[in-house]
Amino acid sequence: MSGPSDRLPATRPDAAAAAEVPERVTGSAGFGPDCYAPAPEGTDLVRLEDVYGLFIGGEMVPARSEQLAPTVNPATGETLATFSLGGAEDVDRAVLAARAAYESHWRDAPGSVRARYLYRIARLLQERSREFAVLESLDGGKPVKESRDVDLPLAAAHFFHHAGWADKLDYAFTGASPGPLGVVGQVIPWNFPLLMAAWKLAPALAAGNTVVLKPAETTPLTALLLTEVLQDSDLPPGVVNIVTGDGATGAATVAHPGVDKVAFTGSTAVGKEIQRTLAGRGRRLTLELGGKAANIVFEDAALDQVTEGIVGGIYFNGGQVCCAGSRLLVQESVAEVVVSKLRRRMDTLLVGDPLDKNTDIGAINSAAQLRKISELVESGVQQGAELYQPSCALPERGWFFPPTLFCDVSPSHRIAREEIFGPVLSVLTFRTADEAVEKANNTPYGLSAGIWTEKGSRILWMAERMQAGVVWANTFNRFDPASPFGGYRESGFGREGGRQGLLGYLDLHGRQAAGGDR
Amino acid sequence: MSGGDGRLGVPKTYKMYVGGAFVRSESGRTYPARSAGGDLLAHAVAGSRKDVRDAVRAARGAQAAWAARTAYNRGQILYRVAEVMDSRRAELVGELARAAAGGQSAADPAAEVDAATDRWIWYAGWCDKYPQVLGGANPVAGPYFNFTVPEPMGVVGLAAPDEAPLLGIVSRLAPALVPGNAAVVLAGERCPLAAVTLGEILATSDVPAGVVNILTGRRAPLVRALAGVGDVDCVDLTGCDPPDADPPDADPPGVDPAGADPPGVDLVTEAERLAAATVTRVVRAAAGERRWLAPSAQSPHAISAFCEYKTVWHPKGR
Repeated sequence: MSGPSDRLPATRPDAAAAAEVPERVTGSAGFGPDCYAPAPEGTDLVRLEDVYGLFIGGEMVPARSEQLAPTVNPATGETLATFSLGGAEDVDRAVLAARAAYESHWRDAPGSVRARYLYRIARLLQERSREFAVLESLDGGKPVKESRDVDLPLAAAHFFHHAGWADKLDYAFTGASPGPLGVVGQVIPWNFPLLMAAWKLAPALAAGNTVVLKPAETTPLTALLLTEVLQDSDLPPGVVNIVTGDGATGAATVAHPGVDKVAFTGSTAVGKEIQRTLAGRGRRLTLELGGKAANIVFEDAALDQVTEGIVGGIYFNGGQVCCAGSRLLVQESVAEVVVSKLRRRMDTLLVGDPLDKNTDIGAINSAAQLRKISELVESGVQQGAELYQPSCALPERGWFFPPTLFCDVSPSHRIAREEIFGPVLSVLTFRTADEAVEKANNTPYGLSAGIWTEKGSRILWMAERMQAGVVWANTFNRFDPASPFGGYRESGFGREGGRQGLLGYLDLHGRQAAGGDR
Repeated sequence: MSGGDGRLGVPKTYKMYVGGAFVRSESGRTYPARSAGGDLLAHAVAGSRKDVRDAVRAARGAQAAWAARTAYNRGQILYRVAEVMDSRRAELVGELARAAAGGQSAADPAAEVDAATDRWIWYAGWCDKYPQVLGGANPVAGPYFNFTVPEPMGVVGLAAPDEAPLLGIVSRLAPALVPGNAAVVLAGERCPLAAVTLGEILATSDVPAGVVNILTGRRAPLVRALAGVGDVDCVDLTGCDPPDADPPDADPPGVDPAGADPPGVDLVTEAERLAAATVTRVVRAAAGERRWLAPSAQSPHAISAFCEYKTVWHPKGR
């Protein structure tokens, strides 16, 4: 294996100097990554504007802030387009448009009508899914096979699923007469830009709310392309408003006095700030925050399946996933064999051009994120954990990080405690199921957990004890619009998906309070 | 303080209920609890920040075992609370009547006690049913068995309202206990007598020690302490809102970058800011749930507010 420090990543190249898409860089000759010829997805489907405004009141308008920023391809560092950083005045305008749409017709629109729009949006997304997938990978750096096979199908499915709820809300919660909340402010992250928009928009609209959505600063493009879908669906102006921008735009959105409910997905630190900002304002709030999931492997598990599950659990989207299985807890008796299988599998992972259909791990989303990953990996080495990285060459441009494995990790190490949000797995061991439970729950987070064992009773016993909102048994990183997703403890509150996910967008006694049927 | 037959009465010392024991405050402090008309009811214990921490520790210690009881067993225990409460009906009615004496309230103490007893029975019956109503199997698009179950949040802090000193507590406490939470209750400041007697009822109803802890004292410092303890999973601030609470029109004064709250910040704002430090859940009774005597005051969705939803996936295959 490599020495402990020779695979630490190159620092970010000069963005201005990076002008072309890198070719796949092949490492030393031999088995594995080098066997594949490049298979890049064409980008001719995607047409980008030079400058994007904001989507307010059903049309693209220039930002009153007059502030612009570039969004770059993290695989090359080149600028893809320029977008607007919405200011307080822009957010204000968007909230007013959302309020007007809510009061003039959307809240009173029959559920079956709201359903029609959501079905249309689902279909339009399906029709243009390849275009969206390529753009998602261009702007965010994730492998196109993931954008194509996960992000896009799931985004369309979320709209389709929630379309069906829009006219069935009266049957969802026994004894309740649910009504909408009003204007919803939503702030979403960069790791699943379009999918997170779908997770947020679909239930909010199905429930009869109108929305101001703030996409992430580094990945605004698929949300901006979504505005075309919204327009093509004839969704009434103002029902969805999209205000791109940075943290300040997000802060203005969540703190706006005209917003009735805030939904945020992102870091725990920012989530706490939002909860504090909204204190005493009588505003509804749901938070989907960070995680440090334990993926727990018992000695009787099917170890080849486990190996695939671990790899998918941590290297999916380069580990830039809040529910990533970033702490591997292996029963001591099989730790050695699991780690050796894992290393062999890691050696075959293809790191490189996100648009290449063979790529397993694409670019890290931003220079800042790459710095954070590098810093935490360095801390792991310094605190004495044993580092392994396969000897794959990384592209010379762009922001990349190799799949990384740490053994001999102690629970007090930073890499075992802090969310890394990168392709970095920490391996810890346990002897008994009780010890596994204790170690798994030894974190302020509580988003997800994995359990691998062939013993059914042990799965149920463990699942009951996991302080986590989602438990994957003999699988990992599965998502579905019918399946509620969300955390315990400092991973946030509220669920997204399924019947329970609707709760965050409804007042269960809203229609009674409003004095009649809608 | 004397009976009608001329016998000199034996007034009760109203203590707090923590970890299954009846305790005074470690601070040694009391405060005069007065009736609506201003008469002295008792020198109630003024719980301290340390008492809150002790109560939270007791609740944390008792919670897992309470949640691990079978639903049938929890249901029987909550029903037992109703049995014991009914047997002490006269005492509770007397306490509520004394507290209301001299005031404007038209509330009928007997109706409040009976409604509280009925509420225990209603929620007792939910213990082995709410997961069927609130959770279920999810039809995911793939070969997976996927189900969602409601689970207890853990330790819940309840700030009880003043306007219904007994029924207000029971209406929030019972749905919190159903899924297996442990609770730290802050009794209504004005009239803590019935709350203390409720503690005595719980202590003799097979509710395990520590599952419910009841503190008395000044509301503001206790609420602050409760919201600021990191080891509380959820705080119910029903008792901090005025009875006919509408969402505030104006936003509260901003957050001081130095961390100090500016003057004029109300207790709810302060408590919610403290809760944010550990992403503690904040819940409160909805307007309909707060008409305590009405049927709308009880709901499976009140149980849901004290639950986390856990979703479990497993592949199907031969």
